[in-house]
Amino acid sequence: MNQVVQSLLIVGGVLFVALNIAAGLIWLERRLLALWQDRLGPNRVGPFGLLQVLADVIKIFTKEDWVPPFADRPVFVIAPAVIIVAVLLSFAVIPFAPGIVVADLNVGLLFFLAMSSLGVYSVVLAGWASNNKYALLGGLRSAAQLLSYEVFMGLSLMGVVMMAGSFRLSDIVEAQRGLWFCIPQFLGLVIFFIAGLAESHRLPLDLPEAEAELVAGYHAEYSGMKFGMFFVGEYLGITVLSAMIVTLFFGGWLGPILPPIVWFLLKTFVLICFFILLRASLPRPRYDQLMAFGWKRMLPLSLVNLAVTGGVLLAVG
Amino acid sequence: MLSVLDTIWTVFLHMFRKRETVQYPEEKPYLPPRYRGRIILSRDPDGEERCVACYLCAAACPVDCISLQATETEDGRRYPEFFRINFSRCIFCGFCEEACPTYAIQLTPDFEMGDYQRQNLVYEKEDLLISGPGKYPDYNFYRVAGLAIRGKGKGEGENEMPPVDVYDLVP
Repeated sequence: MNQVVQSLLIVGGVLFVALNIAAGLIWLERRLLALWQDRLGPNRVGPFGLLQVLADVIKIFTKEDWVPPFADRPVFVIAPAVIIVAVLLSFAVIPFAPGIVVADLNVGLLFFLAMSSLGVYSVVLAGWASNNKYALLGGLRSAAQLLSYEVFMGLSLMGVVMMAGSFRLSDIVEAQRGLWFCIPQFLGLVIFFIAGLAESHRLPLDLPEAEAELVAGYHAEYSGMKFGMFFVGEYLGITVLSAMIVTLFFGGWLGPILPPIVWFLLKTFVLICFFILLRASLPRPRYDQLMAFGWKRMLPLSLVNLAVTGGVLLAVG
Repeated sequence: MLSVLDTIWTVFLHMFRKRETVQYPEEKPYLPPRYRGRIILSRDPDGEERCVACYLCAAACPVDCISLQATETEDGRRYPEFFRINFSRCIFCGFCEEACPTYAIQLTPDFEMGDYQRQNLVYEKEDLLISGPGKYPDYNFYRVAGLAIRGKGKGEGENEMPPVDVYDLVP
């Protein structure tokens, strides 16, 4: 009985923290972007503009939720829910601290990769169901982008798996007790980072939405909370991605003095800020450049990384 | 690749730069003296209205937001009976100021005229008239113009010659 209550508490806690972080990121992103563009950002509502989050949430909940008559209604409604469900499910396998994990699966890493693939459906279906040429173009691009970056996203992590000898995320964290994997697996980290950026279609790799050319891409026809779901899905996406990078490459909860959960949250926060810094600094590549970069550079590099890691591990024993 | 890292680093360093934002209601922006804001009607150094109700401003106004009616005092000075500017139409182009022959109508560095009711944006003469001469402190139209009013005949203005009787020149 006690066990059940404890797991329910963990599930509720993870859900609560994840959704609150996603909402808080609205404010954090705007403040940080302003910081790097010599501005101040939202600082009027509440202390440091923190209540801006509340104002944004109220606004998005009370907006008209309009389904265009030409859209494929059931798919149109389901699409935004898919991304939220997929991303929230990937939170289930992330070990925040020893014992604080919803489901410590022995195939945790594969589960995460599967869920991030499921998230692609949301974008593609939204683009298709909107029945709008810009949305369709956005959906099309995202299908190509996400599928091609998925290939080496998995491959780049195999080095980590080989070194840890397990797909279980808590084992991977424990294996980094001596040395964080970001040093021996630096190439894997860079490749996974870029692939993750493409998977969460954040700027600079936000080709599916590309405001300048595709209006808003796949969510051009969405409004109100349905649009909000994509928005929250994107923020949850970077949160889960940062948490994964911390788990796989930066030693998860490991760290001196401070309690493990604090270390984990601190590292995740720094990575999220880095994602926002990338948004502030880099321009969006052209579509064909993105494809060429993925297939001609990243894929061979991740294969090399895989082969070298395997060879070294075999040689060392 | 290196240039990408350089870009990221440069943007990161912008964190420590001075902010460009002017926090408006608390901190006012600098407006130059010739800024084109709220329109006023000025008075000459003697405290009389400068406006001679010539209608040139109303004619120059591209959005027809100025409306006035000319009348005359017993002295022979023209002045507007009413002078009305509808600021909900005004585009602050400054053409009225350029058209004005007596420097009466002037634009000022003030833009804080927001209101909740359109009717409140229609300014009457009392709202437009100020007590001073505005941007041209020493200018007095009637002192330099050749027009005869009570207390000043023809040719008695500044830099003016007495009028010539052209029939004197007939041979």
